Amino acid sequence: MSETTHDGTVAVTEAAPPDEGLTAAQLAAKYGLAVSGARPSLVEYVRQLWGRRHFILAFSQAKLTAQYSQAKLGQLWQVATPLLNAAVYFFIFGLILHASRGMSRDVYIPFLVTGVFVFTFTQSSVMSGVRAISGNLGLVRALHFPRASLPVSFSLQQLQQLLFSMIVLFLVAIGFGSYPDMSWLLIVPVLALQFLFNTGLALIMARAGAKTPDLAQLMPFVMRTWMYASGVMFSIPIMLDDKPRWIATVLQWNPAAIYMDLMRFALIDGYGSENLPDHVWAVAGGWAVLFAVGGFVYFWKAEERYGRG
Amino acid sequence: MAEQNTGDRRPTVIADDLHIVYRVNGAKTGKGSATAALSRILRRRSDDAARGVRKVHAVRGVSFVAYRGEAIGLIGSNGSGKSTLLRAIAGLLPAEKGKVYTDGQPSLLGVNAALMNDLTGERNVILGGLAMGMSREQIKERYQDIVDFSGINEKGDFITLPMRTYSSGMAARLRFSIAAAKDHDVLMIDEALATGDRKFQKRSEERIRELRKEAGTVFLVSHNNKSIRDTCNRVLWLERGELRMDGPTEEVLKEYEKFTGK
Repeated sequence: MSETTHDGTVAVTEAAPPDEGLTAAQLAAKYGLAVSGARPSLVEYVRQLWGRRHFILAFSQAKLTAQYSQAKLGQLWQVATPLLNAAVYFFIFGLILHASRGMSRDVYIPFLVTGVFVFTFTQSSVMSGVRAISGNLGLVRALHFPRASLPVSFSLQQLQQLLFSMIVLFLVAIGFGSYPDMSWLLIVPVLALQFLFNTGLALIMARAGAKTPDLAQLMPFVMRTWMYASGVMFSIPIMLDDKPRWIATVLQWNPAAIYMDLMRFALIDGYGSENLPDHVWAVAGGWAVLFAVGGFVYFWKAEERYGRG
Repeated sequence: MAEQNTGDRRPTVIADDLHIVYRVNGAKTGKGSATAALSRILRRRSDDAARGVRKVHAVRGVSFVAYRGEAIGLIGSNGSGKSTLLRAIAGLLPAEKGKVYTDGQPSLLGVNAALMNDLTGERNVILGGLAMGMSREQIKERYQDIVDFSGINEKGDFITLPMRTYSSGMAARLRFSIAAAKDHDVLMIDEALATGDRKFQKRSEERIRELRKEAGTVFLVSHNNKSIRDTCNRVLWLERGELRMDGPTEEVLKEYEKFTGK
């Protein structure tokens, strides 16, 4: 064993005469040192996050590319995966279960495909959000950056994924007689609002998932319940015709259903405004702002704690 | 190396009675069964130990002051808390008790976690640079230096191939080159010198010396006493999470070598 005492240690470290006798905190204050790993103010945090925008974008694109880089068809899968997805749902719900009640074939198929793609956007944002921190602890423990970069980056990756799916969606819409017109421009605000909503939700899930990684096991069931309750493959008002009116209204006002319906309204000629609930744009905007702001603040509140194993 | 200690002694890192505790879920005495997990949840309200959350006290009450111009080696046996201490200084691991004060943002020289094996070396250079907080312009400016320094292209055009096709040595060289491309106020290096062939090791030691000149303070974790002697003028010796000795390189290394029986 070494004979060096604890006192010996201190004597070597604090040899500078003028600073002798100062406590650590006083010494730090004298030379303007700040506490390492402290949480920045909300304004400062937003500024830091904005400073990392190039990283956020590059990281999301890198994740997207890395996904299919080992496949022979490569990036073609970006389009092929949603196409196959839509085909499976059409086979089950369109041909076998006849969920199309009350809609013609030309409306139902684009209706179904839109629903699947738009809901998948929210679903995968939530799923990647849950793992955003807990699945990237190596990164969190190695480098310094506002942690919100990760969930935001993953939602951005899902948005880019959706843009590939939109190519398929446009082809399906045109194939069933809904041609591009002015109403297609509404796609842009709908996507923007849904992206805001998804990012907020991903931020909330990221904080929850960092504390309780078990959520990654649980969320698929929650998401599937949400999917069936949101009318992805059937029209809510028609299916719930014999139930009290308010049930359908509540279901239609849930954020997933709102964004799906708005997208269908924008794309499909035979899907008019009579299918939309009241105050649809206000509700869509409200959900987006509520979740984006709330989720961001909620995530920021635990900023200094991410990375504890 | 005494000349760096004279004159203006500006502290850059102050650790004040620092404690770091890791919590490991479901690691209670070998029982990883479903029933054990269930009873853990049911006893939610009780303390951590009863719920099967095991605490690992990795750093116990470490205090020191590091000054501008110092290169500090961290030594100690495996699991003595060296890497944990570095991460805590960088503010990457939250402290259980005590505080770390730093001048500017300390950065860990390690970018591995941000790189993706499925991407080309080229894209990884950009991604790694952005992850470290460099701007796009800075990366563009230094891109060629990074590639030249890594020597990846000496054996053909490897930088445009995915990183998974690299040999482990090549990948390690590229990682070091990316990480060393940025200037830091307080720089921390975790066993980075052990990578690559002899030629590359020499080059990276050279680069560390350069970084040390530019940086305020350098921390180096290594099991290689020679590289500690070559680069550091002060050594902290950690054992079981406690600071066992702190002093000039030769003094501490002599004791350490006696301790390890070398």
